[in-house]
Amino acid sequence: MLTELPPDLLVELGPTLWLTVQLAAATTLVLFLIGTPFAWWLANTRNVAKPLIEAVTALPLVLPPTVLGFYLLMLMSPDSPVGALWVNVTGQTLVFSFEGLLIASVIYSLPFMVQPLQTAFETIDRQPLEAAASLGASPLDVFVSIACPLAMRGFVSAGILSFAHTIGEFGVVLMVGGSIPGETRVVSIALYEYVETLRFDLAHTLALILVAFALVVLTCVYVFNRRAAVRVG
Amino acid sequence: MMLHLDLRCRVGGFELAVRELVETGGCTGIFGRSGSGKTTLLRAVAGFQAADGSIRLGEELWLDSIKGVNWPPHRRRAGYVFQRGALFSHLDVRGNLDYPVRRLKSRHNSSEDWPGRPGFDRVVEALDLGSLLHRHVNGLSGGETQRVALGRALLSDPALMLLDEPLSALDLGRKVDILPFLARIKSEFRVPMLYVSHSVDELVRVADHLLVLADGEVLAHGETGAVLERLDVQSVTGRFEGGSVVTAQVERHDPTRFLTLMGFAGTRISMPMLDRLEPGTAVRLRIRSRDVAIATEQPRGISIRNVVPAEVLEVDLEAGSPYAEVLLNAGNQHLRARITRDAVADLQLVPGGEVFALIKSVTFDHRAL
Repeated sequence: MLTELPPDLLVELGPTLWLTVQLAAATTLVLFLIGTPFAWWLANTRNVAKPLIEAVTALPLVLPPTVLGFYLLMLMSPDSPVGALWVNVTGQTLVFSFEGLLIASVIYSLPFMVQPLQTAFETIDRQPLEAAASLGASPLDVFVSIACPLAMRGFVSAGILSFAHTIGEFGVVLMVGGSIPGETRVVSIALYEYVETLRFDLAHTLALILVAFALVVLTCVYVFNRRAAVRVG
Repeated sequence: MMLHLDLRCRVGGFELAVRELVETGGCTGIFGRSGSGKTTLLRAVAGFQAADGSIRLGEELWLDSIKGVNWPPHRRRAGYVFQRGALFSHLDVRGNLDYPVRRLKSRHNSSEDWPGRPGFDRVVEALDLGSLLHRHVNGLSGGETQRVALGRALLSDPALMLLDEPLSALDLGRKVDILPFLARIKSEFRVPMLYVSHSVDELVRVADHLLVLADGEVLAHGETGAVLERLDVQSVTGRFEGGSVVTAQVERHDPTRFLTLMGFAGTRISMPMLDRLEPGTAVRLRIRSRDVAIATEQPRGISIRNVVPAEVLEVDLEAGSPYAEVLLNAGNQHLRARITRDAVADLQLVPGGEVFALIKSVTFDHRAL
């Protein structure tokens, strides 16, 4: 099967793979930036609306991706206020663009960042945090110098899961991004199209790459968790 | 300097109300049964526990709910030491000790020492932490953990140290190891302490003053010996642990019999030798009620060595119990004996009666007076 592959395999798959990695990396980075303070807030708040906010955060877990994609498409279309504003500011439409895809991915993968982080923050022993405060550390200082290092396992899990989950997304991308090569055509979409067009050789290669990637990532997660557990215990 | 406390806090259904002027010249023990509000009080002073009222340390107003003042914990400079140390497990021992030092330096905008700050090397030396500096905190024993926690709190240059049962997680041997370090912190660094404990023996050794809590209210507050002598404290300490604190004079050591001989109440008592004590020094002894028996005549043929003439001051029959508490005057110091009601009747003990107090065992209070 591999012998049947076209010689320009890299040319064919390269841009798609690179775009996918870029999207997953950018999504993970943005999620770290907004997910970390958000998870810390969720872990510490006594707000009565907390269950509702948690439910909204978890929605992408249970909603069919196409539902999420549909609403995002509506929101980003140039006819909507948000989409129109984007066109005004950037001169481009948000739908069928990398930026639009990034926003969609961030929302889609949000629970995969927030939930592990929130759990990690919630399971930190309170006493080191209080001890740090009594030693003269401000709340922000306590968060950066004590809470984050103690929640390191949560950060690693959250980062890996968000990255991997973004790579695996399909429905949302299809609705919001379409399949513009080099711009919005990620591996899951490409795979679908290869099958549709009966190019099974390329489909096989891409599928195999994704399976190998998922296996490596998950093995890393388990190895890391075991090591951390041994060190902590 | 004084710590002015006028606090009310509510935790669940429990209410704590404390209005006291606490002497911060040394160590004030906060004593009470579990659930009496000791830790809640300490946490309110630290700023971890929301409270109404006011807290003022010297000129610093930490809390005043009327004026709307409520300093966050990190501004109060109250070094809190937890039961199990609460060390930072992502740092080694040196990292833990450096933590408050870095924050102090950035606050003082200088990398130099300033007068009065407990120097790093001095703290390391005083708490014998030199060999631990590069160890990971998870590998430390309970006693080592508490020493690091004490050193770390000390290095934050605290205005007040808050110790929340710092020895209760240790076994007896380790406790005895740590007590001299606490004494050293007190004498060498002169940091005022609030020391929460439910162990009378511990508090007798470290606390100059004692604040006794019961059901969220102050039951007694004053000089340690005086408070421990008061009867109503016994209902808090439990009859079993109740006792008295007396002063005795070291006369000499007898190395052949491994005894230290002391003058007390016009007679001589002995206890296991402690030759660190210079002859002539006054020492405090704690004598538990249950370790004191009473005889109406000078006993003979008895294994108990310490027999002290005394006068009966009070006989207090415990309600619903076979026991009675007898208050004795021995050389103008108070002793307590816990004996049975039967014995009271048999010996016809009444106030004014001349008796002999038979003291089975004595513990040292490590402070020389």
